[in-house]
Amino acid sequence: MKKKNPEATTEMIFSQTWMNALLEFLSGTKAFYLIIVLGILIILFGAFFGVNAIYKGYRHVYGVYREIPWGILISGYVFFVVTSTGLCIVSSIGHVFGVKSFIPIAKRSVYLSVVTILAGFMIIFFDVENPFRMAIWNALSPNPTSNIWWMGTLYGAYLVFMTLEFILLLLEKHRYAMLAGLLGLISGVAAHSNLGAVFGMLHGREFWYGPYMPIYFIASAAASGCTAIIFFTYLGYKITNEKMDKAMELSLQAVGKIWALCLAILMFFTAWKFITGFAGGEGKVLAQMELIKGKYVVNFWFFEIFLGLLAPFFLLLISGFRNLNQMFVASLLAFIGIFFMRVDLVVLGQVVSHFFEYKVTDYPVILSYSPTIYEIMPVMAAISFAFVAFLIGEKVFKGHKTEIH
Amino acid sequence: MFKEIKKFLLNQPDEGVDKVPEETRREFLKIGLIITGVFAGGSIFSVVSKVAEGLATPEELHKSYPYKPHYSMVFKMDKCIDCERCVEACRATNNVPEYGWRTKILEIYDEKALDQKRIFMPILCNHCNNPPCVRACPTRATIKDPQTGIVKMVSYKCIGCKTCMVACPYNARYFNEEKRAIDKCDFCWETRLSKGEKLTACAAACPAGVRIFGDLSNPASEVYQIVHQLGKPVWTLKPETGAKPNVFYTMG
Repeated sequence: MKKKNPEATTEMIFSQTWMNALLEFLSGTKAFYLIIVLGILIILFGAFFGVNAIYKGYRHVYGVYREIPWGILISGYVFFVVTSTGLCIVSSIGHVFGVKSFIPIAKRSVYLSVVTILAGFMIIFFDVENPFRMAIWNALSPNPTSNIWWMGTLYGAYLVFMTLEFILLLLEKHRYAMLAGLLGLISGVAAHSNLGAVFGMLHGREFWYGPYMPIYFIASAAASGCTAIIFFTYLGYKITNEKMDKAMELSLQAVGKIWALCLAILMFFTAWKFITGFAGGEGKVLAQMELIKGKYVVNFWFFEIFLGLLAPFFLLLISGFRNLNQMFVASLLAFIGIFFMRVDLVVLGQVVSHFFEYKVTDYPVILSYSPTIYEIMPVMAAISFAFVAFLIGEKVFKGHKTEIH
Repeated sequence: MFKEIKKFLLNQPDEGVDKVPEETRREFLKIGLIITGVFAGGSIFSVVSKVAEGLATPEELHKSYPYKPHYSMVFKMDKCIDCERCVEACRATNNVPEYGWRTKILEIYDEKALDQKRIFMPILCNHCNNPPCVRACPTRATIKDPQTGIVKMVSYKCIGCKTCMVACPYNARYFNEEKRAIDKCDFCWETRLSKGEKLTACAAACPAGVRIFGDLSNPASEVYQIVHQLGKPVWTLKPETGAKPNVFYTMG
């Protein structure tokens, strides 16, 4: 693929690309296959739990219930689609808007954004009760006032555009790839802000309600995207034991700087969300108190604030955006923190009992939720899927190398 | 320093209300009701979006009710004895499984209350005029009936995403395994009203006259008469959400 044959037709390049990919896949080491098999086993194991849950009925095996209908599956979904949108946003700086230093990360990011959105869809499949009806009635009976409808539809388009973009990048059709990338970016940002609005437009839920959520989701996506790029690019080079070239190093440094900025923005957002929240209605105050000194105190202070925001931010500053090892550690910590961030975001919106202000004895003021193994395993399967797909991607697309023209 | 201010405030002469003419008092009261929305006046005016005009005569008001009949329920809360016959009637009529409910009786308990310590508060779907669930549903599997204002389910379209459950401020929805769809109170539309009955199963079963069901736009109905008066407070649950419910509460 390095040398362009002027006479080669698109079909030829296409079939060659897939042939090469297949040959690459078959040339793996033992360790490679071992990890892949292990990963697939985890996926099957998770899917087994999920399918079992469908068979038994979610009500019987999941930890969610009438008062808290959204649990860790929705959090897992949010986690993956935020990451996907973030990868799309950050990588678009290079291949859509033409900032040279961001070009080396493009291919891998686009590939991973497809992988992570698929992982997200995989999780939501085990949360929605009638996933097959979804495809039919989403098309036949759309509700334009529903954010869920917009999110689903736009994410569908996003998946198509991003897949198309990746194929076009492989075929080196950069102009068309750029167009597909732009459409992917627009649909991705629109879809993602709608996901924020799914929460932000529920006027019965004080903790979520308001314009904050859609805005926060985009900022958060950009941060997650940077995290993912640094994490996976570093790993990609570590597993092949290859030395990073100068362009890639500069690219990661640039991503690191954007990331630090995003983290600062998120800290600012979070601080103001809490400060304004404490001046608001009682429902919001109760939910926030649960985070700050209630049942979710460890989730909040250790995972969300320390691992998700402060530690990566200061590690980035210490690394001077040059020490990639430190930046990788930052991204690892951030990933763990971000997952808890999503769990808290989804669950805390529902923990305050509906009728708490009437002093009813039927429900406690603060409801509680803990996930069961049936909910955790599909999330593990999706994480494993993302990892396996990443490894296969590294292998068959030879580290997603890009030539700079 | 603050003590001085307190003293100053306490020493203000009482202007008294006995010298205010009757008409002014009534006007003032009306304004208060409209603005605060605490009493029936407020809630109702906001239901039909006539707050700004401040219409007070029932004739003008009920012309602007969006539905005909505008089904509504009023609870005379203090009459409820928690016998749960309404809940049982609802289960039997609408095939509600043991793990779910369409209507429920909540218990309010206040240890420090000066009179009785306990009172019961029945709840069901509030059939809101601005229903958060209907807005949120991606596939229009839950709709606001354009004629009666009843919030209904179109079960076969339900994908089970549970957004409506999260959206509902009144906890009125649950997932029904047998129907493979969200289930909720429809004021017994399917089982009774559409077949010519005048009352919901719960209202018919209540032995204490707690549940008053009827047409909010019809001056002859009891619901209308309870809600359109100023003497006794009538309220809705969680008015701050802006859902504009059609279920009201009062004391017998």
